[in-house]
Amino acid sequence: MSFIDRSMRTAFLGELVAGLWLTFKYMLKPKVTVNYPYEKGPISPRFRGEHALRRYANGEERCIACKLCEAICPAQAITIEAEPRDDGSRRTTRYDIDMTKCIYCGFCQEACPVDAIVEGPNFEFATETREELMYDKARLLGNGDRWETEIAANLAADAPYR
Amino acid sequence: MLEFWEGYAWPTILIVLKVLAIVVPIIIAMAYLTYYERKVIGAMQLRKGPNVVGWFGLLQPFADGIKLLFKETIIPSGANPVVFIVAPIITFSLSLVAWAVIPFGDGLVLADINVGILYLFAISSLGVYGIIMAGWASNSKYAFLGALRSAAQMVSYEVAIGFVIITVLMVAGSLNLSKIVLAQSGGFWHWYWLPLFPMFVIFFISTLAETNRAPFDLPEAEAELVGGYNVEYSAFPFALFFLGEYINMIVMSGMTTILFLGGWLPPLEVSWLTWIPGPIWFALKIAVVLFFFLWVRASFPRYRYDQLMRLGWKVFLPLSLAAVVIVGGVLLATGWVPNQ
Repeated sequence: MSFIDRSMRTAFLGELVAGLWLTFKYMLKPKVTVNYPYEKGPISPRFRGEHALRRYANGEERCIACKLCEAICPAQAITIEAEPRDDGSRRTTRYDIDMTKCIYCGFCQEACPVDAIVEGPNFEFATETREELMYDKARLLGNGDRWETEIAANLAADAPYR
Repeated sequence: MLEFWEGYAWPTILIVLKVLAIVVPIIIAMAYLTYYERKVIGAMQLRKGPNVVGWFGLLQPFADGIKLLFKETIIPSGANPVVFIVAPIITFSLSLVAWAVIPFGDGLVLADINVGILYLFAISSLGVYGIIMAGWASNSKYAFLGALRSAAQMVSYEVAIGFVIITVLMVAGSLNLSKIVLAQSGGFWHWYWLPLFPMFVIFFISTLAETNRAPFDLPEAEAELVGGYNVEYSAFPFALFFLGEYINMIVMSGMTTILFLGGWLPPLEVSWLTWIPGPIWFALKIAVVLFFFLWVRASFPRYRYDQLMRLGWKVFLPLSLAAVVIVGGVLLATGWVPNQ
């Protein structure tokens, strides 16, 4: 009997009709499209996006030029030069990240003892030229100032798991 | 001079105007077929489809067309430049030439010839030449393989289409497309899709193969052959192939509509339905058949090549051949043979 059943299904295109019916049902379902530039999907607090150099609340930059991030960076995207500042504290004179080399692994923010270099939630930093992706210290500090609220909130949200 | 105007010039101008009145709507319809396809397949994949250019993305096809027009036409150094350029022109013009015999309404046909269906069949068979020439002239292995597949596929399925057409001809008793439509008048149960239902299914599946549409899109097979016969093409020649393929889809849907879905006839012979003009019914039916084209594309994976050949030669050919015998026998036995 199963032979007859199978032959009938083949002759009357049973499987094909079942498949067509499934796609037709899906056509009437609500769409899951996120209308991207106007709507955005949720992002985890651990999201590793564009880099930023943070400051303390009094405006002092956090980075102490320990160069742990430069040492751990697997893509060797970070370049740091340091000198003692006039007040005797150790600070960077140069802090560059080559964003075309960066693989967004997040090792730099994990290595940082003072939470200075972090990867923020911003992922929309495409540029028209390659040169614009060679970030210098001013650019990174600027990112830190611009994204401080979000970065601080993300760090706080992730703090219990660190 | 008067003789020149009345005997030659005016008829020519009139015919050119008629041709334009057919060709321009066809090309616009083709543009919106791409939009229709993207919207329907998008919806079936839970996406929205184009919705940015214009209201609901309605200007998207024109944006795509303009993009293709402004790109650079690249002729590969190994290609045969003449054949390379002629191939898309052939594909495109053949797809438009087919519209000459298609009746849009009662008497609304450019050339009401008595062998209309034969003409349509011949033109759709010629379509394979554009593809073979493109594949050969490109001098590329992917294009060549795509063209070979296309040739074998179109030849195989034409046999089945031919026999299906013969059954319809026997029932309708004419090769004239308008007469075939008129033979189906009297409500949707008189249309040939119901009495010849298995033939309708075979014809539809064969038109999918004939127009190289999914699940028979082996000539393109973007996953294996990169893009098939049109890999080496860019810009306007590519656009011509694209236009040709989509207009062929509309032609084949029109053929399905004429042979099986009663052409321009309304589904019921009631006054408020007959009041709607024939071309609108014709366009609506074509849109429904095209929906099936897109629906099938969204639902089924591509056939393997041997499966394609098996279906064409070992399933459809015997079935349609048997149908010719059976339908002929039934017509003779019941005395329903037309034009006696």
